[in-house]
Amino acid sequence: MSQPARLHHVEPGRAEFYHRLLRQMLLVRRFEERAGEAYAQGQIGGFCHLYIGQEAVAVGALNAIRPDDYVFASYREHAHAIIAGTAPGAVMAELFGREGGCSGGKGGSMHLFNVEHNFLGGHGIVGAHLPLAAGAAFASRYRGTDQVVLCFFGEAAVNIGAFHETLNMAALWELPVVFLCENNRYGMGTALERAAAVWDVYRRACSYDMAEETVDGMDVLAVYEATRGAVTRARQEHLPTLLEARTYRYMGHSMADPIHGHYRTKEELEEQKLQDPIQRLLRQLLDDELMTDAAIERMRGEVEQEVEEALRFADESPEPPPEALYTDVYRD
Amino acid sequence: MPVVTYRDALNQALREEMDRDPNVFLMGEEVGVYQGAYKVSRGLLEAFNERRVIDTPIAELGFAGIGVGAAMVGLRPVIEFMTWNFALLAVDQVVNSAAKMLYMSGGQIPIPIVFRGPGGAALQLAAQHSQALESWYAHVPGLKVVAPATPYDAKGLLKAAIRDDNPVVFLEGEMLYNAKGEVPDGDYTVPIGVADVKREGSDVTLICHSKTVTVAERAAERLAAELDVSAEVVDLRSIRPLDTETIVTSVQKTNRCVVVEEGWPFCGVGAQVVDELQRRAFDSLDAPVLRVTSADVPMPYNKKLERAAKPNPDRVIAAVKQVAYLD
Ligand SMILES: Cc1ncc(C[n+]2csc(CCOP(=O)(O)OP(=O)(O)O)c2C)c(N)n1
Ligand SMILES: [Mg+2]
Repeated sequence: MSQPARLHHVEPGRAEFYHRLLRQMLLVRRFEERAGEAYAQGQIGGFCHLYIGQEAVAVGALNAIRPDDYVFASYREHAHAIIAGTAPGAVMAELFGREGGCSGGKGGSMHLFNVEHNFLGGHGIVGAHLPLAAGAAFASRYRGTDQVVLCFFGEAAVNIGAFHETLNMAALWELPVVFLCENNRYGMGTALERAAAVWDVYRRACSYDMAEETVDGMDVLAVYEATRGAVTRARQEHLPTLLEARTYRYMGHSMADPIHGHYRTKEELEEQKLQDPIQRLLRQLLDDELMTDAAIERMRGEVEQEVEEALRFADESPEPPPEALYTDVYRD
Repeated sequence: MPVVTYRDALNQALREEMDRDPNVFLMGEEVGVYQGAYKVSRGLLEAFNERRVIDTPIAELGFAGIGVGAAMVGLRPVIEFMTWNFALLAVDQVVNSAAKMLYMSGGQIPIPIVFRGPGGAALQLAAQHSQALESWYAHVPGLKVVAPATPYDAKGLLKAAIRDDNPVVFLEGEMLYNAKGEVPDGDYTVPIGVADVKREGSDVTLICHSKTVTVAERAAERLAAELDVSAEVVDLRSIRPLDTETIVTSVQKTNRCVVVEEGWPFCGVGAQVVDELQRRAFDSLDAPVLRVTSADVPMPYNKKLERAAKPNPDRVIAAVKQVAYLD
């Protein structure tokens, strides 16, 4: 499957916005690199799914919603939690299993939550959070607010029943939700082509008479624009959209996996890296003289410092007390 | 006091709670236009319109999850499963989403939702439509599980379940909908986690819930008349949390116990009761605790075989004779 590229010309005057996108992508990439190292050192346990390579999707999409909109994501969600407003330290502390983590150390990498910023997880069962997202969208219609729900999931989730049941009801009931499929071409070691009878994810929408679009997920501006369109449709017309972002993950499925394994080649990985979303935006900013090398270096330095602070915060955050084992099972 | 059916008691509970709290809504298959597969929701669509009484496609996993998602952002959904047999398709949402959300979010996201519908064996519906699955759900921390036996308890427990901030699995007895009983006018709740002594006695404790309360009561009447044995009938009402206080207190008085349930024996509700009793009332027991359950087989269609598979007063009496050494 080819991953179409769509070049966007950077409009002058929007420099600040582009800087913000760049900074967020740099931040989540550096965060993930350092999380990978911390995992290797045994500071993070369990399953830890890194987002490196896919940054343009979360960053582009999350910049297209309002703070009072709701966000749901899968287990590959460190970036989404951060961009949605969670302090990187609280995310790193959660990966470390500490009390200062955004889920009190009880959720871990796959279950990040931040109610204050309407970031509603962090879900570990493939496809199972799609109905949850539709439920939040149902609530927004029920209450007559114009809040929109943005729901991220991998392309392997489109083969599970929950996807179909949810898209059907979302279309039937006109729920304001954007289903954003992060098609990174693999579900663990299974290529989409080996798992799906239809290879273009966006085409699934026609079964539900739902609006769809496919977008180059390595282009943060394209993702931003496409999401903005879908969000407007959701907000103004209460209509859902299936948005497919074609992207690529550089790391293994999780930290427990090798980087390419048997299911893809090193060559494929290297070729994909030529589309790197950060490099792409950087090149555009330099070409259009919207940023200088010095400013970029300064930004990298700031990001570096922010991630180091996050690590320090996580490291210094205490373990949850023993009694935390039995709290939060029931609400009194 | 007015006498109403179990079905109408549930209907009253839904109606009153929907009146009381605009965040409460009812969603499920055939709940609206069709008035409910078992007519529990009769008249609710007319009273509350399609915004709050929502007919769904046949998509148990999907609409259970939509309910959980709505609860995540503060609504109080009542999700009706046409029967609990079909809710097996939604187990992932009940267990992995509803039950665990509060914990894995570090206490940020309570899920105030009720999953309700009929369970247990009906008549000649065969293997896929006749099963009592309460022990499945009761196994899961984060869920509350209730199974009322009378119209009074049905109404009071459903109102309590709707007001509870936790996911509640509410198992109605498919064979109980026409059962009649006294239900007071006006608002009341029955607390979740409190058993009820339905009949006092001194010689043996019969522990039961849902449909087996009637089985135990019939057995108790015959035990008194035929064998001069005084049986105490303890209706659990809630499976989780389990009211071990009431169970233990009763057994400390009677020194003998039989657990009656419609589920299968292996890892059943009775197994949990026995575990509590052997630890907390060991010295009070004059005999091993016995269990009367459904036969350890899928439910057969044939009427006679079906009857043989289900708990009945004869089997309860036989068990009581054994624990009282009357044979
Ligand atoms: C229902 C279910 N089956 C299996 C798994 C194990 N599993 C975790 S991630 C994954 C692959 C999912 O791939 P995709 O949806 O494309 O997301 P990606 O990991 O690529 O972000 C599998 C099979 C699971 N978590 N849930
Ligand atoms: Mg994938």
